[in-house]
Amino acid sequence: MDVEYVARLARIGLTSEENALFQKQLGQVLRYIDKLKEADISGVESSAHAVPMFNVLREDEPRPGLTVEEALSNAPRQANNLFIVPKVVE
Amino acid sequence: MNFVASIGLEVHVQLKTRSKMFCGCAVEFGAGPNEHTCPVCLGLPGALPVMNHEALRLTLLTGLMLDCEIAPLSKFDRKNYFYPDMPKNYQISQYDLPLCANGRVPLHERAYPSDARGKIDKSVPLARIHLEEDVAKSFHFETTTGIDFNRAGTPLMEIVTQPEIHSPDEAFAFLASLKQILIQGGVSDADMEKGQLRCDCNVSVRPKSRAELGAKIEIKNMNSISGVRRALAFELDRQVHLLERGEKLEQETRGWSDERGETFLMRTKESAHDYRYFPDPDLVPVKTDSLVAEVRSRVPELPAAKRARFVEQYQITDYDAAVLANDVDLARYFESAAQGATKPKQIANWILNDLQSALSAANKTINDCAIPPEALRELVGLIDSGRISGKQAKDVFADMFASGKSAGEVVRTKGIEQLSDTAALEKMCDEVITANPKPAADFKAGNAASLNFLTGQVMKLSKGKANPQLVGEILQRKLK
Amino acid sequence: MSPAELPGLTITGLRECLRTRDVSPREVIEALRTRIEDVDPTIGAYLSIDFDAALKEAEKVDVDLPLGGVPIAIKDLINVRGQLCTCGSKILANYRAPYDATVVQKLRSAGAIPLGKTNMDEFAMGSSTENSAFKLTRNPWDISRVPGGSSGGSAAAVAADLAFGSLGTDTGGSVREPAAMCGVVGLKPTYGRVSRFGVTAFASSLDQVGPFAKTVRDCALLASAIAGVDPQDSTTLPADVPDYSRNLDVDLTRVRIGVPKEYLIGEALDEHVRTAINAAVEKLQSLGVEIVMLSLPHTEYAIATYYIIATAEASANLARFDGVRYGQRAENAHDIFEHYTRTRGEGLGAEVKRRVILGTYVLSSGYYDAYYARAQKVRELIRGDFANAFEKVDAIVSPTTPDIAFKFGERSADPLKMYLADIFTNAANLTGICGISVPCGFAQVEDRQLPIGLQLLGKALDEQRILQIAHAYEQATDWHKIAAPLSARR
Repeated sequence: MDVEYVARLARIGLTSEENALFQKQLGQVLRYIDKLKEADISGVESSAHAVPMFNVLREDEPRPGLTVEEALSNAPRQANNLFIVPKVVE
Repeated sequence: MNFVASIGLEVHVQLKTRSKMFCGCAVEFGAGPNEHTCPVCLGLPGALPVMNHEALRLTLLTGLMLDCEIAPLSKFDRKNYFYPDMPKNYQISQYDLPLCANGRVPLHERAYPSDARGKIDKSVPLARIHLEEDVAKSFHFETTTGIDFNRAGTPLMEIVTQPEIHSPDEAFAFLASLKQILIQGGVSDADMEKGQLRCDCNVSVRPKSRAELGAKIEIKNMNSISGVRRALAFELDRQVHLLERGEKLEQETRGWSDERGETFLMRTKESAHDYRYFPDPDLVPVKTDSLVAEVRSRVPELPAAKRARFVEQYQITDYDAAVLANDVDLARYFESAAQGATKPKQIANWILNDLQSALSAANKTINDCAIPPEALRELVGLIDSGRISGKQAKDVFADMFASGKSAGEVVRTKGIEQLSDTAALEKMCDEVITANPKPAADFKAGNAASLNFLTGQVMKLSKGKANPQLVGEILQRKLK
Repeated sequence: MSPAELPGLTITGLRECLRTRDVSPREVIEALRTRIEDVDPTIGAYLSIDFDAALKEAEKVDVDLPLGGVPIAIKDLINVRGQLCTCGSKILANYRAPYDATVVQKLRSAGAIPLGKTNMDEFAMGSSTENSAFKLTRNPWDISRVPGGSSGGSAAAVAADLAFGSLGTDTGGSVREPAAMCGVVGLKPTYGRVSRFGVTAFASSLDQVGPFAKTVRDCALLASAIAGVDPQDSTTLPADVPDYSRNLDVDLTRVRIGVPKEYLIGEALDEHVRTAINAAVEKLQSLGVEIVMLSLPHTEYAIATYYIIATAEASANLARFDGVRYGQRAENAHDIFEHYTRTRGEGLGAEVKRRVILGTYVLSSGYYDAYYARAQKVRELIRGDFANAFEKVDAIVSPTTPDIAFKFGERSADPLKMYLADIFTNAANLTGICGISVPCGFAQVEDRQLPIGLQLLGKALDEQRILQIAHAYEQATDWHKIAAPLSARR
């Protein structure tokens, strides 16, 4: 695994020490995890879902949610009721 | 041209639901920022999605309207990427088991822009239709960006075509046709200017001689159906010129600037996302059978089917049928007027000619037309039975259109009822023959034109009210 | 009943006093407060406590409800409106929940009063609570040792009589393991039995909220209060919720309990644990239980399977912690990319980073099939193992963990070693079945008694059964009468 590359994908900034440490530790974990390759999975239908249920639905009825104040109550930065972040360049 | 363009469209449609896709927040255009949020659509810790029943129904309805294969089993997946307009930094979408596959959108002449050449009836094949949630809205300022999560979580239906569109005009026609179908089905208001319908294009150009598609270039950021047409025209031109110069095209993403009238590079292939799709463990799969049964009765008669039925049922021309069927209100008006009419073809003519011009001149639509369908039917009936002449009918029509009065009323008021009383007409004919011996004799001798003269005299005598056809018949009989 | 004696009561005992109006809800909270202020500086079970909010609720509570007037501590990743919900992480150090989790609402409907947010491993990732960004929680049996994790605060609070009962979450063993290490009862309900709405997600297909208590009966009371289908959580089961405390006393004659042979081999099993479990199995037999040897052939793959699926789901679940809508953010970022990477780099702890990176990797292009897709298939194989087993037995018994509480820092350098301790617990999360840990003895280490836990696993929705077996075992032994040195009962 290229820890630095994957960390970028996950948007996690790592120091060079962390990089080196994780490269080693995750390398060990991956080697352990590789034992799954020995499992015989031929003919197994994997179910992505833990419960045998279907069509759990919600009727299309609007209901009140958070007030604007509640929604913004934890905003690290806000202005004019908008959540503010550093400018996003397309 | 020695090049072939293959265009595929990815259309995002905001579904006409009252609440969001995975939570009960209201979907409301124009609300103040962040007035419609909750833990789910804000991505707060601990929030969980629950599927909107109606959104599923509307998507399946669209699939039925567009002749798609409906997947018996469908599911939602997480599409992972980071962006400030994403409350969870993953979007709940569908990857490998979309609700609908294949299908097509029929295009016909009338969907093309008016100045287009080469308008052909064809069907654009679709690849798939799936359901996902919309992202929040960003407002860019000088050094910051502000985000409004009202839109986040709105149900969004994504329709992907096969790359079988071959010109900007066809793309225009596709979007116009699709929009009409969506509106008719009650699925969406599909207004591009309100962001209810958004379109990305994938364009590839290749020499005619080559079979495989060229590099796929994505174009984003068009805000109207004609904007799409303009952007595609520019881009095809650009790509052809590059290829003619011997340059190689690479997969990339370009934005369209309507102001500058050009596309510009946004992203190269290298920075393409790895979305790491996996099935969303917070949602259970969807079995579509029962949902399809729920929406079957909501499938409307779409233009293509209506057109065929009009030809068969009313014996009108295919051309007339196409025009009438293309407009839901016009079609409804026509059918209402044609109820029990002996000559639906006449009714169609009146609608397509006189009524359309009058509406257009008065800047009105068929829905605020002063002439109700029954009144038009009555008018045509009067002509048909000979009570008024075709010429008189034009005047009557104009009066009906201006005053809202019925045909019968206008005819009575104006006293322009055509005189078809044979006894009275016989008398007048006798009078005119007696008063014009030479023309009478001329006609007897074989001069057909004299009949017209004599007919005209009867018309004068009757102050224009005589039924000219009957007069002609009576005069001929008398002069034989 | 003097205030000093109150905290030492069980929920059942406390309910008696409240019902008879012998004591008021306010007095209970005040008594607990005194003890918490006195003892928690040593234990460190709590991250925050809003006594005023609880006292206000105490004024209005209906003491005739099943849990009327009983304060319950809440793991700090469960949202309680108006209170901090840090998930043990710096990145949420100042996040105040604007809504209540369904389990909190359900507790209140039963008359309970949420009191205090307990310490935990950051984002529930860990087995010792050492990964908390804020403080250590100490094991009330030996304060130089860990209480287990990730719900260490909730377990320690109950063991030290700093709470009558508490809620934790269990993704790979995070309720059962600390329960074992702290000598209390901890239940992981069937997946879908309890709503996850309002519970910060670690691994969506594995997480379940579970209660801690001093006795099995108390645990059953809490389980009934929090269970039930929730329209806000699509994965909850529509099954009815029985009153689990009603049918606890049953005869265990001819109940069949399986012992998986794969669990007995392996050098990793601490000798004290092996001894205690063997004795416990004999005790069960003396109660009429029929012990059946069985095989769970895919046991060797459980940990690998778990760490692929859990980290994959976690990598997506934790992506939302980005300093945009709430939480800490890195200052003066020049662009959005820097904002994200520095916010998360600075705000997330090492174990969380490791798992998110691992989870991102196993989902990434080119690796999905070899890791995530494969793990989901092996998960099916493991499900099959248990389905087969439950055709032969009513429950499965095992140690809860292969070790006893270890000293702080002993495992920190080796993440893999820490992961391997989940060997008996994480199959229940992978398969969705229910499991309970109940005290079954002690290890005498140095001059300390360190608790050992017995785990019972039951079929999906068979909580009643494992509660019955656990209750019978508990009542036939004295382990539950021995309280931690730092408890009120000593």
